Amino acid sequence: MPLLSLDDLHVALGGRTVLESIDLRLDRGEIVTLVGPNGSGKSTLLRTIIGAVQPARGRLVRQPGLTIGYVPQRLAIDATLPMTVTRFLNLPRRHPKQALRQALEQAGVPGLSRQQVTDLSGGQFQRILLARALLEQPDLLLLDEATQGLDHRGTADFYRQIESVRRELGCAVLMVSHELHMVMRASDRVVCLNRHVCCQGTPERVVSSPAYRELFGADTADTLALYRHHHDHSHHDATANTPAPSAAGASHPEATP
Amino acid sequence: MLDDFMVRATLAGLGVALAAAPLGCFVVWRRMAYFGDATAHAAILGVALSLLLSTSIFAGVLVVSLLMATLVSLLSGRGYAMDTLLGVMAHSALAFGLVAVSFLSGVRIDLMAYLFGDILAVGKDDLAIIGAGALLVVSLAGWRWSALLTATLDGDLARASGIDPKREQLVLTLSLAVVVAVALKVVGALLIAALLIIPAAAARPFCRTPEAMAWLAAGFGAASTSGGLQAAFWLDTPTGPTIVCLAAILFALSSLAGQLRRRRSRAEPSAEATPRA
Repeated sequence: MPLLSLDDLHVALGGRTVLESIDLRLDRGEIVTLVGPNGSGKSTLLRTIIGAVQPARGRLVRQPGLTIGYVPQRLAIDATLPMTVTRFLNLPRRHPKQALRQALEQAGVPGLSRQQVTDLSGGQFQRILLARALLEQPDLLLLDEATQGLDHRGTADFYRQIESVRRELGCAVLMVSHELHMVMRASDRVVCLNRHVCCQGTPERVVSSPAYRELFGADTADTLALYRHHHDHSHHDATANTPAPSAAGASHPEATP
Repeated sequence: MLDDFMVRATLAGLGVALAAAPLGCFVVWRRMAYFGDATAHAAILGVALSLLLSTSIFAGVLVVSLLMATLVSLLSGRGYAMDTLLGVMAHSALAFGLVAVSFLSGVRIDLMAYLFGDILAVGKDDLAIIGAGALLVVSLAGWRWSALLTATLDGDLARASGIDPKREQLVLTLSLAVVVAVALKVVGALLIAALLIIPAAAARPFCRTPEAMAWLAAGFGAASTSGGLQAAFWLDTPTGPTIVCLAAILFALSSLAGQLRRRRSRAEPSAEATPRA
């Protein structure tokens, strides 16, 4: 039995269809990355998996007793709430001191345990969030652009840690990321999402697939082009749009982040 | 011992302060100060209804507060901003309550007692109800503490750990309704929210963990109610407002201390800023 399987899943937010016909399987030990333009439903998919959003149609089957570790895109902690790093790591379940120390060391932020969470830098907090998720010994780790706010070194460390976590815990990892070059190296499978699953498979296969090229620009070696999304293919009826000039991909660098 | 009205009043005040402390912290953390107000104002409608139907005041207030809490929970996130919704409901409930009271011809009721409380008139029955309510709320808060705290941090974070944030919010709002019903006799409908918020806010500058803040809020609350009671006795002032005044003074002193401490830690780079191994 897979850890998680989505079967013809449709999700609507405020009456608008955000995800349609999603089929996805996750097995133990897999690292799967979701890529896709802004508004393509990546975060919504993760939120559906944790149960924060109810699907409008379709089936979502979690393995019984599945433990999920979740690292959100951002988390704003109200300044009126006093919270040390240690206390935060112990929510909602307490962990032994030794495990806490080890988790902080693994996350590359030893010695922060007595700090107030609100005093941490963005990158430090991101690492704490990951450490907290790992303390639960999850079967499935969900990361929503978890490397936001990390520097280059931090990002590399982060992916290395994910890799070793997968080896040690044997958990599956499903992550959303914009760092396509990093993603390609770190993932077993890439799922290209744009409200529906455009294509999925090994990184090499996805990169060379026409759907991926259409979504991220023809020249996939050009990382600038990777971020661009051409709204030139319609998923509902083929006659709706006329394709935009395909050369537009790399020639408007001002529009890339 | 319970025959002395001052002893009964002190115990009632302590009970309410203890129950209000953990909930007050959540009210502050979740920025739902208005919620306490709304539920408390609805209490006046409860008073009017129970006088009209000649049922016990406590039961009437509890039912109306629970209804109000459930209604607000259900309506939140459906088109109106929370503060608008609460503003509408709080003041409508208060207005309807005041109008309903005016229909009660023949019975001269002391409205002031319900608006500002009448802690010196707490009887043994009242004390039993306050004790039971406080015990219920404190044990509920203790039992759900971790889940409530996680849901307060972030709904999705809670979901991922198998905690339903909606359910936790309902637990919180229902507990608030119980505190309101219990506290009506002590500080009155207009000042219940003060007893929730002010001790928690006063505790904030001295605390590094949520638990510490809840305990200190309980301490400040207890000091305000018992101290306010004595002060009102000696100064011959209304008790409920005197209690809240004392809490406000504690808050002012605590924020002053907090400011001073922050300035000092900025002047000399504290040991906390450097990571310790």
